[in-house]
Amino acid sequence: MAEPHNPVQDDEPLLVADHLGKNYGRLIACRDVSFALYPGEVLAIVGESGSGKSTLLQLLSAQLAPSAGRVSYRMRDGVLRDLAALGEAERRFLFRTDWGYVHQDPAQGLRMAVSAGANVGERLMAVGWNHYGRIRDTASSWLERVEIDTARIDDAPRTYSGGMRQRLQIARNLVTEPRLVFMDEPTGGLDVSVQARLLDLMRNLVSELGLAAIVVTHDLAVARLLSHRVMVMKGGRVIETGLTDQVLDDPREPYTQLLVSSILPA
Amino acid sequence: MTAMIDITNAEKTFTMHLQGGVELPVVRGVSFHVEPGECVALSGPSGAGKSSILKMIFGNYRCDAGRIGIRHRGAVIDLATAEPRQVLSVRRSTIGYVSQFLRAVPRVATIDVVAEPLIANGSARAEARAQAGALLRRLNIPERLWALPPSTFSGGEQQRVNIAHGFISDLPILLLDEPTASLDAANRAVVVELIEEKKRQGVAMAAIVHDDEIRHLIADRIVDVTSFAAAA
Repeated sequence: MAEPHNPVQDDEPLLVADHLGKNYGRLIACRDVSFALYPGEVLAIVGESGSGKSTLLQLLSAQLAPSAGRVSYRMRDGVLRDLAALGEAERRFLFRTDWGYVHQDPAQGLRMAVSAGANVGERLMAVGWNHYGRIRDTASSWLERVEIDTARIDDAPRTYSGGMRQRLQIARNLVTEPRLVFMDEPTGGLDVSVQARLLDLMRNLVSELGLAAIVVTHDLAVARLLSHRVMVMKGGRVIETGLTDQVLDDPREPYTQLLVSSILPA
Repeated sequence: MTAMIDITNAEKTFTMHLQGGVELPVVRGVSFHVEPGECVALSGPSGAGKSSILKMIFGNYRCDAGRIGIRHRGAVIDLATAEPRQVLSVRRSTIGYVSQFLRAVPRVATIDVVAEPLIANGSARAEARAQAGALLRRLNIPERLWALPPSTFSGGEQQRVNIAHGFISDLPILLLDEPTASLDAANRAVVVELIEEKKRQGVAMAAIVHDDEIRHLIADRIVDVTSFAAAA
């Protein structure tokens, strides 16, 4: 039963990767990746360091230009658009409102020296909110939602613990109600006890908001808890893909079998 | 067809790449069907492939050959070839699975673990929790434990939480893997009663039950899994 909630079924894909590849000279970081992500669906990309999973995440989130293939995204008007062909304004719109990006290190996704409330409110101001009271109220209700004591709203995140920072980063990302969130090892830098709470929180938020998410992780337990589908990467290629519990309980490829059998029992 | 589950010549082999690519045939030629309101028990010794068959019906194990027809929202879908999204849809509105072991998210309260399938299907939290409480009470889990995560419970208590989680939804197909294995007589009787109620509601069930007495009580038909033995 420790499975992610089922996604809302929707027949039009939100994001489509089409024969995506990236190489640096002769070094191939990522090769021939194709898949479609649907609204409300959570996809985990697993593999060890150097497998190409982080490169893939950067390609998918338009932070890196592909050497081959393309990524298309269904804009709010329902039209599927090639990310490489978007204008600057459209791209900014995606980053500010329709997408979230949760970094492994919260310091990369937060402004560490300004207050928690301002960290959350900033995304709202970027989409045109200008009423201070409403911004503060919304920020405060999001802090509550991610289980941060609202008495800490005026404190800067550098005074926060690692788990609180990560929860604040999530609030900052979700406040604009994005449709797609990219997560890069979201529990990577946290203590095990803090991880469980964060995972449960993310799992509930993703299902309540009907978010689609692409989660890069080397931790198969994170993939099992959060994702509906998993892609296993090795040497820049996707070597196995399918329903998360199917891939983890009945792995077919030698490398996936090795990954699954390498988990230490607690 | 009226059958809820209709399996034809399903086949499963594990290839163990870490053991030099050894092939482990599990089952072959699996064919049986389950009608609405019927409980079919799979019988056979340990290792005969009973659990593997249930897992194939749930889409947890891949099916190498054959067909697993499931009646889903008025049409028949072949789970052996279905896309991940279709399997998820089947699990949301058609097939429930009560496994032998509870696998819950750490630190989530028992009452929420049990209420979760209803909430995921759109019920209000308060209503879902009320139903979860009623079911836990029936399964003799005292109310003082409901706020605790089930990982702190005894084996039998965990199994009852698992049963409550599996039985709370109104799904037309239920797969039961040893639902009474670590329960005492009183709680076994409750489970038998719950299964009877599901039958009256027209739920189709496939069950693995080692206890002869319980199997006799719940099974309408028995499918002998040894006839699907794949060992060459």
